[in-house]
Amino acid sequence: MSAANKESRLGAWIAMAVGASYFLLPLIATFEFSLRMKRGEYSFEAYEVVFGDPQFQATFGYSIVMAIATILMGILLVVPTAYWVHLRMPKLRPLVEFITLLPLVIPAIVIVFGYLRMYNSSSIIPLTGSEHATDFLLVCSYVTLSLPYMYRSVDTGLRTIDVRTLTEAAEALGANRATILLRVIFPNISSAILSGAFLTFAVVIGEFTMASLLDRPAFGPYLQLIGANRAYEPSALAVIAFIVTWASMGLINVFGRNRRTLPTR
Amino acid sequence: MNWLGVVPFFVFALLFMLLPTAYLMVGAFQDAEGHFTLLNLVALLEPHVLSAYWISFKISMASSIAGGLLGFLLAWAAVLGRLPGWIRPTLMTFSGVASNFAGVPLAFAFLATLGRMGLVTILLRKYLDVNIYSTGFSILSFVGLTLTYLYFQIPLMVLIVTPALEGLKKEWREACDCLGGSTVQYWRYIAMPVLWPSILGAMLLLFTNAFGAVATAYALTGSSLNIVPILLYAQIRGDVLHNPNLGYAMALGMIVITGLANAGYMVLRSKTDRRSA
Repeated sequence: MSAANKESRLGAWIAMAVGASYFLLPLIATFEFSLRMKRGEYSFEAYEVVFGDPQFQATFGYSIVMAIATILMGILLVVPTAYWVHLRMPKLRPLVEFITLLPLVIPAIVIVFGYLRMYNSSSIIPLTGSEHATDFLLVCSYVTLSLPYMYRSVDTGLRTIDVRTLTEAAEALGANRATILLRVIFPNISSAILSGAFLTFAVVIGEFTMASLLDRPAFGPYLQLIGANRAYEPSALAVIAFIVTWASMGLINVFGRNRRTLPTR
Repeated sequence: MNWLGVVPFFVFALLFMLLPTAYLMVGAFQDAEGHFTLLNLVALLEPHVLSAYWISFKISMASSIAGGLLGFLLAWAAVLGRLPGWIRPTLMTFSGVASNFAGVPLAFAFLATLGRMGLVTILLRKYLDVNIYSTGFSILSFVGLTLTYLYFQIPLMVLIVTPALEGLKKEWREACDCLGGSTVQYWRYIAMPVLWPSILGAMLLLFTNAFGAVATAYALTGSSLNIVPILLYAQIRGDVLHNPNLGYAMALGMIVITGLANAGYMVLRSKTDRRSA
């Protein structure tokens, strides 16, 4: 018994050590590479060049705006739908769930290919005709991409509260539908919505396929362009992107923990 | 009037997911004048296109099988390996980050690690006198791309399979020990029969995940590696196949493959759901 225990513990340590080195080496290597820009010494030169590049500021800013628009539109689309399915149309749940999982089945490149054909400038809805319309299309494509994450977060949140009782109590006090959603449901599942939002942010901020094929000046295509033309800046950008992803995920944990420490709210 | 509440969602899904996809699927069966034809599907068998599917299939297979096995091992070590308590939450948090750290930056990271000037390449040459590039290795190749994909495949596997491992009851192991069963017998007759649908299902998800990925491959290899998403990308940008409807057929082929993988996943998941219910 104890020999078997020791054996499995040793095996577990080996698995962890191999795993950790596979996952940490690229991070260390990328960081090290990003410091090599000045010959013969380590420096943050590559980061200074990146942060000073007006293209970086413009594309990163653009992608942040797109991400925020995506999050807002995603919340407006998903929360009322999930709420309504929970409250009134439980029979629709499998269908709605299935649709929200479709973006994991249909590759992003296929979806955007469909957009380009269906919404080209000679179609009935020429969404690729002007820049603003294309921005709107890009946001829609991002809402689609993030649908699985957003819906799952919100659905999990709704499962932890008593939707029916809350709704009936609010109705008894004379609240209308919009008030119930905004002032009763939203605050009660805010941590679930926030984790969906941060996950969406992490997915959208460096997205390449949609932005590139819709020809919008987003951060993803900028990254690709720098990668094809520069030596050290890409590593600095990869480090920045990793930190952004890490921060988004970290914030999810922070808000998830808040909910657990305030169970009576 | 109940259905009014879900109308916006269904309209959105139709306009921005279902109709655009359907448009391509119909186009796959039409020629340039809009007449019905199967020639586009036949054209998928052209060597250039077929080889793209084959390489994509191989990379997705390799990265989902390797990612599945390694991810399972990591999850096993964290859940059942009697390691210090901080390891499991750390692994889960890291997996959440790494499974989302895909796309262009991931390609940069692997170029800085295993590219010609990468840290690991240089260290191996300096201290072990091993030049991995003289062995035929290249980060721009099949092996290189698979190795890169594992960076998001393994964490995804960890995230999916950990709950299944947590579902293994301690009592089962104890009962097995009491009856004189060995570790091998425990895994062979008790744990694996419970776990295999989750493991196989998760691997199918990993397969889909790799099959549709564009950004990592494009940033890593440019258009030097002929895989389906990159060929389709080039086709959309500039009709490299000189037949727009062949592009639709390629999209259809992708959906059929990822759709089959997901159908398999759903069948396997319904198996595990029934058991746990």
